[in-house]
Amino acid sequence: MNFFIVSLIKTGLVAFALLTTLAYLQWIERKVLAHIQLRPGPYRVGPHGLLQPLADVIKLVTKEGILPPQAHTFFYLLAPILAVSVALTAIVVIPFGPEVTVFGVTTNMGLADLNIGILFILAISSLGVYGVALGGWASNSKYPLLGGLRSSAQMISYELPLALALAAPLLIMNTLNFREITVLQGGYWLGFIPKWNIFAGPFPQIFSFIIFLIASFAETNRVPFDLPEAESELVGGFHTEYSSMGFASFFMAEYANILTVCCVGTVLFLGGWQPLWPAAYGSDFAPVVILFGSAAILFFHGANALKSRLWDRFSFPVFGVVFLILGALFLVPVLKPVVVPLFWFLSKSLFLVFVFIWIRGTLPRFRYDQLMRFAWTFLFPVAVVNLLVTSFLVAITSN
Amino acid sequence: MEGLLFLTFATIAVLCALNLVLQTHPISSALSLIGVLGSIAVLYLLLGGEFIAAVQLIVYAGAIMVLFVFVIMLLNTGAEKQPTRKIVVTWISLPLLFTFIALAAMLIAQQVPKTEVVTFGGFSGGTTLSVGRSLFTQYLLPFEVTSILILIAILGAVVLARKEI
Repeated sequence: MNFFIVSLIKTGLVAFALLTTLAYLQWIERKVLAHIQLRPGPYRVGPHGLLQPLADVIKLVTKEGILPPQAHTFFYLLAPILAVSVALTAIVVIPFGPEVTVFGVTTNMGLADLNIGILFILAISSLGVYGVALGGWASNSKYPLLGGLRSSAQMISYELPLALALAAPLLIMNTLNFREITVLQGGYWLGFIPKWNIFAGPFPQIFSFIIFLIASFAETNRVPFDLPEAESELVGGFHTEYSSMGFASFFMAEYANILTVCCVGTVLFLGGWQPLWPAAYGSDFAPVVILFGSAAILFFHGANALKSRLWDRFSFPVFGVVFLILGALFLVPVLKPVVVPLFWFLSKSLFLVFVFIWIRGTLPRFRYDQLMRFAWTFLFPVAVVNLLVTSFLVAITSN
Repeated sequence: MEGLLFLTFATIAVLCALNLVLQTHPISSALSLIGVLGSIAVLYLLLGGEFIAAVQLIVYAGAIMVLFVFVIMLLNTGAEKQPTRKIVVTWISLPLLFTFIALAAMLIAQQVPKTEVVTFGGFSGGTTLSVGRSLFTQYLLPFEVTSILILIAILGAVVLARKEI
């Protein structure tokens, strides 16, 4: 009974945090892209556009859902549901932190602790292609069909290097369980280099990590591999005919996939919740320093706000106080074992999310034949060689 | 609990299989097949074959069926046209089918020796470690022969496709 209640609370917390993060990822993406292009980005709804996601949700929900007369109705409605449910399911096996005891209850920070965790992610994410492919086909129109076809071909092609890149660190770790993988990455070489898989012996997995990142750009249909929704040639790609909640579901599925991929990358290559440097050198105080520093900067700019932006005199100190409170949370002894690992996990995952957006703001789109040639003649052979070298070195050193 | 789950997913598997045969549109049939494969993966999971369950989903539902759907979408095939049958054929075929299935089941039951009943959770050879170990020790020869067979099939497909161009 206890197990059920704890699981229910955890599921509620994770679902709430996940959906909020998904809504705000879009705000983060627009802001980062805007700043890369020297624009302010969303600015009008709430201070610094912080209420923009809420406005967007209201807009999407209240829009008219159009059902194209030529569409295959059942599949047309099924596709976005499939896409979003598959994308959201994958998050359950991600461990956000170690086993903790809160209010006398000992539990894992994570929803499910499967011993086939990584296979579960692969299985679930390989089903994600159906949402896109079906959506494209069921719209019964040119551009969505082309988008759906491109997407399925692309996802099948890039799944191979992705799986091969994931297999290499698993050979070193010798387990498929995400929690065990993270625990095994604890500790430090020479006392300060973290034993994450990208620095691991006998063969550093930095190449696997790069292949994994490239392939996951294609798997999540992101720039520079966003051919399925290339707006300059396919209007909107597979979701051209979708409006209202159908469109919102595809949108949410895309962001959920990005988040899942970044979490998997964090766990497999960047040591999950393990800190960047040992706690003996004060890594527990890194979040406090960062948050208090941000608060100080905000207070300073709030006090010296421009005459033309008087609103900043109010909004900056308010955010400063929020950051102070957040920083103080990391000093409370009861909460410390929960929030410090969570901070490291989230900062690594969100850094990867930032890389996704950064690349979107930097690189142009590939041509379709370039995309396929790149996957089959470069990425796949490199992934195979990487896997062979890793397995050879693991076989030599393990005996 | 396990019995309930087994019954649920066995029913889903059978219903999806029936749907697969009865549907006229190829996409519906393909999706029903995915349903069958998915529910069979759950049955594997219930029996303790976690690795097989995951691989079933990755390989069949995630790769092979995607290709099926891809080809159906590419050819854009419409719904199948049902041939008109004589009334006699319709009325005789169903009892004949059931008789055939019953006979086949009886023959199989006679041929296959009785084994111990598999219980839920009673099987422990389904972990990744034990599957890999038996694949590379006990069943190494069949495993390698199968891979060579598949390699030949791939080469054959490439050769056939080359001729077309």
